[in-house]
Amino acid sequence: MTVDSSLVMYEEEFEKITLLLNRLRVDASAKIVFLVDKNGQQIAGAGEIDQVDTTSLASLTAGNVAATDGLARLIGEKEFSILFHEGRKDNIHISIVGQRLILVVIFDERSSLGLVRLRVRKASGDVERILSEMEAKAAEIGASDAASPFAEITDEDIDALFSE
Amino acid sequence: MSFINYAAREINVKIVFYGPGLCGKTTNLQYIYEKSNPQQKGKLISLATETDRTLFFDFLPLDLGSVRGFKTRFHLYTVPGQVFYDASRKLILKGVDGVVFVADSQEARMDANVESLRNLDDNLKENGFDLRVIPYVLQFNKRDLPTAAPVDEMYRLLNFKSEPTFEAVATQGMGVFETLKAVAKQVLYELRRR
Repeated sequence: MTVDSSLVMYEEEFEKITLLLNRLRVDASAKIVFLVDKNGQQIAGAGEIDQVDTTSLASLTAGNVAATDGLARLIGEKEFSILFHEGRKDNIHISIVGQRLILVVIFDERSSLGLVRLRVRKASGDVERILSEMEAKAAEIGASDAASPFAEITDEDIDALFSE
Repeated sequence: MSFINYAAREINVKIVFYGPGLCGKTTNLQYIYEKSNPQQKGKLISLATETDRTLFFDFLPLDLGSVRGFKTRFHLYTVPGQVFYDASRKLILKGVDGVVFVADSQEARMDANVESLRNLDDNLKENGFDLRVIPYVLQFNKRDLPTAAPVDEMYRLLNFKSEPTFEAVATQGMGVFETLKAVAKQVLYELRRR
């Protein structure tokens, strides 16, 4: 599967990822752990996610990573795999996982950069494994005749979206 | 590229508004933001300079309702139009599902329109897309200006695959939702085809 193909997530993988993010949040003593794809789509999250605008967080994180990737290439680096923003109270640790996902950890003084880095490194491997499972499953289902939910869309369905 | 989430039963797609500097890309998004129901829309984010020129992008998430039990979430982005922001434009086209090209109707901006369209073609190619096949809609904005070029002249100059084309005055909302609907429809048809 290429980086350009659509991402498809099923219930099973969603639960696995959410479980993993929850564990990382506890292990890293973080406030929020969040997984985004490089195009800015939010995948899953754990912690106090109802306290923040997750959609904006996802798109800005992806923009931030994209701009930093551009900077990296300009100076001949492949990528900067970790970004860290330090605030007065809260900090954001951003890391790239498996080429196409971004793992965001938001933490305050109850944790430390060292701890977060350590825990993120371990969790990244697990996230990457689930991501490959997801891609393999999507490819398998895509190759079989199992219809996507959109295969049956009619013109009426689409018109109905704009009927207001 | 689209993201289909079976767990949350939603589909996310990305639409990019492209065009030369000051053609009204951000104004399109602002109008959509103003006129959408609060439950439908998220925050409009503008990464702009102090003089309100788009620096990186504007972003507006919009829920259009459900199709076959799946929530359709459209992520609308604009690019910075000014020529020297090309590196940023390229980044924003990553993973795009549909493009709206906003052309400035003023006679004096025709060269800028053509240059921006060519730039779109190049940048899509660099991201692995083809302008000739990607869901695509053309908008002639600023139709209310006295210096606006005739529609058929603009059509001949900018329309290249009989793509749906709309006349617009984005500041007043004319043609804005028609444009959005047309591109959203094409994206959904494309999902069906896949």
